[in-house]
Amino acid sequence: MAADGIEKERGVSEERSGANILVESLVRQGVEFVFGYPGGAVLPIYDALFGDERLRHILVRHEAGAGHAAEGYARSTGKPGVVLVTSGPGATNVITAIADAFLDSIPLVVITGQVPTALIGSDGFQEADTVGISRHCTKHNYLVKDPAELAAVIDEAFQIATTGRPGPVLIDIPKDVQIASAAWTDGPTQRRQRYAPRTQGTSQEIAQAVEMIAAAKAPVFYTGGGVINAGPRATQLLRELQAKTGAPVTSTLMGLGAFPADHADWLGMLGMHGTYEANLAMNQADLIVCVGARFDDRVTGRLDAFAPNSKKIHIDIDRSSINKIVRVELPIVGDCAVVLEQMLAEWGSRKGQDLTEWKARVDTWREKKSLSFPLNDDAIMPQLAIQRLFELSKDKDPIISTEVGQHQMWAAQHFPFFSPNKWLTSGGLGTMGYGLPAAIGAQCGNPDSLVIDIAGDASIQMNIQELGTATQYRLPVKVFILNNEWMGMVRQWQELTYESRFSNSYSDSLPDFVKLAEAYGWKGIRIENESELDAGIQAMIDHPGPVIVDCLVHKESNCFPMIPSGASHVDMILYGDNVAGTMDDEAKALV
Amino acid sequence: MMHIHQEAEERHVLTVTVDNEAGILAKIAGLFTARGYNIDSLTVADITDNHEVSRITIVTHGPPSQIDQIHAQLERLVPVHKVVDLTELGPHVARELALVKVAGVGDKRVEALRIAEVFRARPVDTTTESFIFEMTGAPDKIDSFVALMRDLGLVEVGRTGIVAMARGPEEA
Repeated sequence: MAADGIEKERGVSEERSGANILVESLVRQGVEFVFGYPGGAVLPIYDALFGDERLRHILVRHEAGAGHAAEGYARSTGKPGVVLVTSGPGATNVITAIADAFLDSIPLVVITGQVPTALIGSDGFQEADTVGISRHCTKHNYLVKDPAELAAVIDEAFQIATTGRPGPVLIDIPKDVQIASAAWTDGPTQRRQRYAPRTQGTSQEIAQAVEMIAAAKAPVFYTGGGVINAGPRATQLLRELQAKTGAPVTSTLMGLGAFPADHADWLGMLGMHGTYEANLAMNQADLIVCVGARFDDRVTGRLDAFAPNSKKIHIDIDRSSINKIVRVELPIVGDCAVVLEQMLAEWGSRKGQDLTEWKARVDTWREKKSLSFPLNDDAIMPQLAIQRLFELSKDKDPIISTEVGQHQMWAAQHFPFFSPNKWLTSGGLGTMGYGLPAAIGAQCGNPDSLVIDIAGDASIQMNIQELGTATQYRLPVKVFILNNEWMGMVRQWQELTYESRFSNSYSDSLPDFVKLAEAYGWKGIRIENESELDAGIQAMIDHPGPVIVDCLVHKESNCFPMIPSGASHVDMILYGDNVAGTMDDEAKALV
Repeated sequence: MMHIHQEAEERHVLTVTVDNEAGILAKIAGLFTARGYNIDSLTVADITDNHEVSRITIVTHGPPSQIDQIHAQLERLVPVHKVVDLTELGPHVARELALVKVAGVGDKRVEALRIAEVFRARPVDTTTESFIFEMTGAPDKIDSFVALMRDLGLVEVGRTGIVAMARGPEEA
């Protein structure tokens, strides 16, 4: 049976090598870029790629870079990212990126070479049990032992990676399978149709959801990365439904950009480093409408004190995300875009409750101005640097990636987003070293966009080797380092929970980032004073090639607001609060 | 001092219908270890003529919310077609096969054989000084039989773990 149920006239069958079938299958899937690194067990595939103009191979400097670049490409374009690496260390090096994509629901197809089938299990050179190692951080994985199965496996891999809850799919191909030949036809592959995620809510669920929203006196939309993953239409529908209901909107780290940050009903990000108004609104709401988010521990804080007075609706394409952490009154399994459209249709022209009183309460929380920070005469405040970066780059509608740590949270707090696919960050796994390769991948997919990696001095060193990749492909990515000479978030936690015993969190022996930039053929700019800040940022934006900005910022600034671990949404630490220098063991045990 | 919090637990029998492909058992067993779930027993065999589909019976225990998560996490695996929580569904038959080796002579040997008859356990291997009994039944019946054999020269026990099916004419 053909894929669409209609028996098409199939093209002339001819014998091709497994490597060739792989390349043809990727082309047929519409792949533009392959992020990869060659090695012994993928030489046949690299030979098949040689001189092929249809696929652009981006040679990274480390396989982790390939994985994160593919993530950045996927997140910024909405298309699946494709990775090609060799067996053994090639495969194990990309595992972190695969785990990252798994937690953040990023569609990847990862091709790994494997030792020849006869050597599997013999501890052969560069052999690793790649399907075993990747089993629990991929949405699905395959070991293909017959080239005749390759085309169907690749087609199914792309379907699985991109539909339902997106995620990484790995295909392990032994070297002999790349060389051996099998019949190849142009037509659709004859594969099983076994993966069919549920996308629609039932009419009863939709009716009940609309009724609950219309009856709510203090509703809030709590949105997440699922809205972004459901495509730009979901973003549009969210805005339409919000306009009809008038409910304020907050978002997780992963969902930023789904709702415009300049909207009067935007609350800002919620959770551990979310705004006071977002967390208080969640705490005091009578109805939480969760759209494509998953009640992560960074969002809920102390569970038994989470949103105590609210009913909850949870829309998610992954049934296992529902009732995992927080029990909800109305679960709806479905695609965010489809369910939001169903809800809009059901809502029709009805009117919800008068939310004036609720919004007035929200406004009193806004008055806390929880993102405000004290200026400093002697040093650049990191928050200010982000704000200036936004002001000077906003006309270009930039794509922003980040590493992980304080700078990431400051970027989420102080860099507003207005549309989806502009914000690339490692949310679930929290992978330092994500930002630079992600920016490279995003720049490949968006050659005319301004792509900026907001980085920290520690994180940037985790995949610093990818500077060479940007140079090779003339990718004009910008790296804006908030340099405080600390692993800032570790330092902050040690200050707040371990009585300022700063164990191994000082960034000793930092490189000279300006010279490092120049060594790789990048432009390097150092900003040391507030008076140089705007000019330095402008010079970075104006430079046609890649730039590192080493922005020296206030060294001991903490990222506030903060819900300390083990605390509830109402126990936020704001700037100026007195903070104890230790915590009890229960709180310390939480991450 | 910090203490680890624990919740009340339930025992559930799940049947999982899967594509019979390489690695599926590792996927399922690994899901249980990776997420901290318990496996009390697990049986698997293919159930179709073309050997393409297998049925796995898993006995697990945990708090109700965890049982629900196990169900959902299993369904999330691509090769999994269907997950049925038989305990949740209602009345079902659960059976297990055991091989029980008992060695002895004289009165103990006679007594072992007599009790085996009561339990409808069948000798499948006999020597002058030993039997291997085969019996099927509910797990607690096998437990009782094994307990009685302990005093009569029990040497070795092998059990399959249960296979289970919902009662009534319909497919669960």
